[in-house]
Amino acid sequence: MQAVVVEELRKNYGRIKAVKGISFSVAKGEIFGIIGQNGVGKTTVLRILATIIKKDGGNAKIFGYGIGKDDEKIREIISYLPEEAGAYKNMRGIEYLKFISNFFEGCDIEKAIEIANLGERIYDKIESYSKGMVRRLLVARVLMAKPKLAILDEPTSGLDVINANEIRRIIKNYAAHGTTFLISSHNMLEVEYLCDRIALMNNGIIVEEGKPEELKERYDAENIEEVFLKVIK
Amino acid sequence: MKIAALVFKEVRELLTPATILPAIFMMLIFAGMGGMIGGMEKKAMEKPNVEIITHDNESYASFYTSILKKYCNEGKENIAVIEIPSNFSSLIKEGKKAEIHIKWLLKGTGIAESASITAVRKAIEIANNELVAKIVEEKKINASIIFSPVEYDEYTIIKNREVATAPEKIISFFSSQSMSIPIVIMIMIVTSGGIVISSMGMEKENKTLETLLTLPIKRSYIVTGKIIGATIVGAIIAFLYMLGLRYYISSFGMQEKLAGFNLNGMDYALISISLFFSLLAGLSLCLVIGSFAKNYKSAQILSLPVSILAIIPMFILMFQDFSSMSTPLKAIIFSIPFSHPMMAPSLLLLDEYSLVVYGIVYSAIFSIICILIATWIFKTDLLITGRIRK
Repeated sequence: MQAVVVEELRKNYGRIKAVKGISFSVAKGEIFGIIGQNGVGKTTVLRILATIIKKDGGNAKIFGYGIGKDDEKIREIISYLPEEAGAYKNMRGIEYLKFISNFFEGCDIEKAIEIANLGERIYDKIESYSKGMVRRLLVARVLMAKPKLAILDEPTSGLDVINANEIRRIIKNYAAHGTTFLISSHNMLEVEYLCDRIALMNNGIIVEEGKPEELKERYDAENIEEVFLKVIK
Repeated sequence: MKIAALVFKEVRELLTPATILPAIFMMLIFAGMGGMIGGMEKKAMEKPNVEIITHDNESYASFYTSILKKYCNEGKENIAVIEIPSNFSSLIKEGKKAEIHIKWLLKGTGIAESASITAVRKAIEIANNELVAKIVEEKKINASIIFSPVEYDEYTIIKNREVATAPEKIISFFSSQSMSIPIVIMIMIVTSGGIVISSMGMEKENKTLETLLTLPIKRSYIVTGKIIGATIVGAIIAFLYMLGLRYYISSFGMQEKLAGFNLNGMDYALISISLFFSLLAGLSLCLVIGSFAKNYKSAQILSLPVSILAIIPMFILMFQDFSSMSTPLKAIIFSIPFSHPMMAPSLLLLDEYSLVVYGIVYSAIFSIICILIATWIFKTDLLITGRIRK
């Protein structure tokens, strides 16, 4: 069974057509990246798959559950990290992890503390955290729930090189143990390193899709950034 | 368990120094004002310091002076000097009006000064009455008959009930109820409602809402968690206000009991139910309104309509009884769910149960409709995109 199957997905915001009928699938344990410039519809696609906004057309299934039909079931097996997400400022880091653990079975808080890598600061109030610290806490929150599908919108946004690298390593490790990742990013180099397959989005449609190595070969490019520039020309 | 976690989260986020300190501050202001008023009343009851200079040693002057001394202290820091001239007794014996000279010694122009002045005037009034009694009794007439020749045996009929007391006492008793209860309920609605709306604004501003919406829980649980959390925080804040307000109101010495008008256990239960559904109606309405908040600042502006809805019945019910209102005004007051717990104590004291029960039913229906709308909104795109999409 495919982890994610998207067919002709469409979403409009009034007269603006944000997503114009895209299709893709993600295999179980795969890291699939959606890349593209800001405003091309990446976040909209992730929000639809995370069940927080409704689709206007097409179909999408997550582990066989239909988006718009089985949303409550889907929320039990996914974990979503929004772009620029925050955490409850008056809670301490540890309290936030414990709060989220109330909603998922089998949460590993000790593992989450390890992923967050905040040391003693995990016992401090979140309002005292830097942007990078909050992001690490949120990534830990996502993975702590042991989701079948983790949907990450710009997972390393706000992180420094060392922390970003650590998060990528953790994602790869979780994927190797069976977690499926759907990632959106405009950091092409990150996606090239991290993803098994990628979809290039532009103006609400997928303009190219494949493994990073295949795409580089197809477009005779040194990296995915170059592929992207050649595709959208 | 999941709802408990959501309620804990709401309380944790909302019960901050920023929400509690203003309530404590207001409580202290009310308590301080009550203390000042109580102090002034106490001062008015105390014997004032007065210097009494008597130039007449005859019987009436001596008697008058002795009464004044009984109700005034002669010491330092006098508020007045009372001088009794040498012809005081002789003028009264001749059947003419006597005269005393009062020189007031004001140290300032504050309201506190007036308490001592009132106490001196009271002492002079007592001395005058005692002097009248003495003059009358010397003529072998019972002074009490002169002062009060007619005894009142009065009854008041209100809402088909006969009460052996003066109407002013009944009005004063009900006024004391209708002054304090609407204020407390208004504060509770405005505070808790503001908290719910702010909570929605904060969720959007802090970008925590998207995470909340992807948790594996029913959207109605999120709505319920927010309402219960705000109720708890609102109740704590209202309790703090109430402590200060109660001290403030008690400083006026308002009547708290009146024979024939008592609330029993059933009445208190109805008041509690009325308050619960009114609060639920208010908070669920606020959750609907709060869905439109873009951030904390816009949430503050959105709180305004709810505050107005709570203030309108408060002011009207403070000065007018529901039964004496015009029909259109009755319809307006009844349609605002916050009116019902404000009216309930007065209505129950008069055994008007039906209106209280109708109010509870109306508030419950209002709450259910608002909760359904709020849950529906949580299922649409409105919270994230600002647009409705089912």
